[in-house]
Amino acid sequence: MAYGYYPGCSLEHSAAAYDDSTRAVAKALGVELVELDDWNCCGATEYIALSRTGAYALIGRNLALAESQLPRTNGKAVLAAPCSACFLNLSKAEHYVATHADLASEMNEALAAGGLHYTPGSVEVRHLVEVLVTDLGYDAIRAKVQRPLSALRVAPYYGCLLTRPKIPGHGVDDAEYPSFLDELLHALGADVVDFPLKTHCCGGHMSQISADTANMLLHRLLKNATDYRADIIATACPMCQLNLDAYQAQVNRAYETSFDLPILYFTQLMGLAFGLDAAGLGLGKELVSAEKALAKIGVARPAPPPAPAKPAHRKKGDKALPMPRKKAHRGRARTS
Amino acid sequence: MYPTSYPTVTDETFLAEVMAQTPGGEKLRTCLQCGTCGGSCPSAPEMDHSPRTLFALIAAGEREVVLKSSAPWYCVSCYYCMVRCPQDIPVTDVMYTLRRMSARGGAHADADVADFSRTFIDLVERRGRSFELGLAARYHLTHSPLEKISQGPMALGMVLKDRLSFRPKRIRNLAAFKAILSKAKAIEVRLIAASRGEGH
Repeated sequence: MAYGYYPGCSLEHSAAAYDDSTRAVAKALGVELVELDDWNCCGATEYIALSRTGAYALIGRNLALAESQLPRTNGKAVLAAPCSACFLNLSKAEHYVATHADLASEMNEALAAGGLHYTPGSVEVRHLVEVLVTDLGYDAIRAKVQRPLSALRVAPYYGCLLTRPKIPGHGVDDAEYPSFLDELLHALGADVVDFPLKTHCCGGHMSQISADTANMLLHRLLKNATDYRADIIATACPMCQLNLDAYQAQVNRAYETSFDLPILYFTQLMGLAFGLDAAGLGLGKELVSAEKALAKIGVARPAPPPAPAKPAHRKKGDKALPMPRKKAHRGRARTS
Repeated sequence: MYPTSYPTVTDETFLAEVMAQTPGGEKLRTCLQCGTCGGSCPSAPEMDHSPRTLFALIAAGEREVVLKSSAPWYCVSCYYCMVRCPQDIPVTDVMYTLRRMSARGGAHADADVADFSRTFIDLVERRGRSFELGLAARYHLTHSPLEKISQGPMALGMVLKDRLSFRPKRIRNLAAFKAILSKAKAIEVRLIAASRGEGH
């Protein structure tokens, strides 16, 4: 199976672990991900807040590239996005231009300035997790499991944009109480927590703009998952991961709590269950270490890079004359 | 006896403008004032008007109050309101429309949020991709940096874990990308004028 792949900006830097684990898991499952050539930012939740035509043009360029680059199945090119915000932006804009002719002509008028055109309805944008559970299915995933996650209590966290708004054609079971990520984690053998706040909001960009709002929403999620004795929260969105992971210490300071809950991508858990090497799944990049939790399934922390060798100290009472030491060769050799 | 007619709002220009700039916005007219949107909103406690109140104000033609409200800027785009609205009003999209109108008019109450969006957009327009470190540095160093000193260890952790790159990525076909966006801006100016009934 081959799909167009739209990684999105977060997966290039802050969520590189999601990209690494996605590619590793796809390879193990025999799913070919073809990265959309020269894709651009989807605009997140910022562009549409200041310019509608700009936001549609930005998304339209990606859709137009997908239309021209990707092979069609049943008349549609399929573009898979692992980031929930990218998935929502691209799929929602596609739905709106397919149902509002004025938006489509507005988008295409802008795209024409760059020599591009998008035919509404020609690209189907899907979230990576939905592609895996729908097209491959739980049995195919279960068949790959070599290291069941049975000792881990995992809280499946869907966040907002993976299941909402409910756009016709989205292969997602429920906007408020979905279960496909639960099922996927079950297939990996995990002890899945029936997480009541699984579709509540992490605050999105509020961690940047209003610490109080972000802390309140994050505290709610961390408390609920901790109350339900989760060892790990599994996410399918780089923004959710960033907020829950990087701002967990800030929440602890604000609420005088001591949450210590690692936040991993569902693809990292899939890779671990498939018996893949932890370092190739971006493990160890989370700020709240998953080391203790993963020890429960016998996964050791990836070995840290070897420390540079320290020069040996002169021994006390060494009577030999001090001689210049040979410097260890560091870095690449220069050729000129 | 039930009244046979109800008083109607005389000035619907603001409502019409909001509806025209929102896909599916015409449903705004059918708002029942049930309050499901506000009751579902995770950031309603931070807002000076709940979405329900905001829609009543729009229907009443209270342009200035609405465009000064902090509510649209505190919307976290969780879409709970949108899937729960019994009238299928695209509430989140209306919030985006109100942000755009408020930012254009310069009347927005909470300037920081608009600045964050502006900084984000500016960096995307330059290279075609988002630049996280540039965004964080430029926004936080110009918006109460002293209050954010406590975030230092987290930022350092992100750098040490190699999750914040100092090198922004850029797309190849930047010239065409910029041409598309500048055309989009010109189109938007034309559309906004049309939705206000100008140029007729």
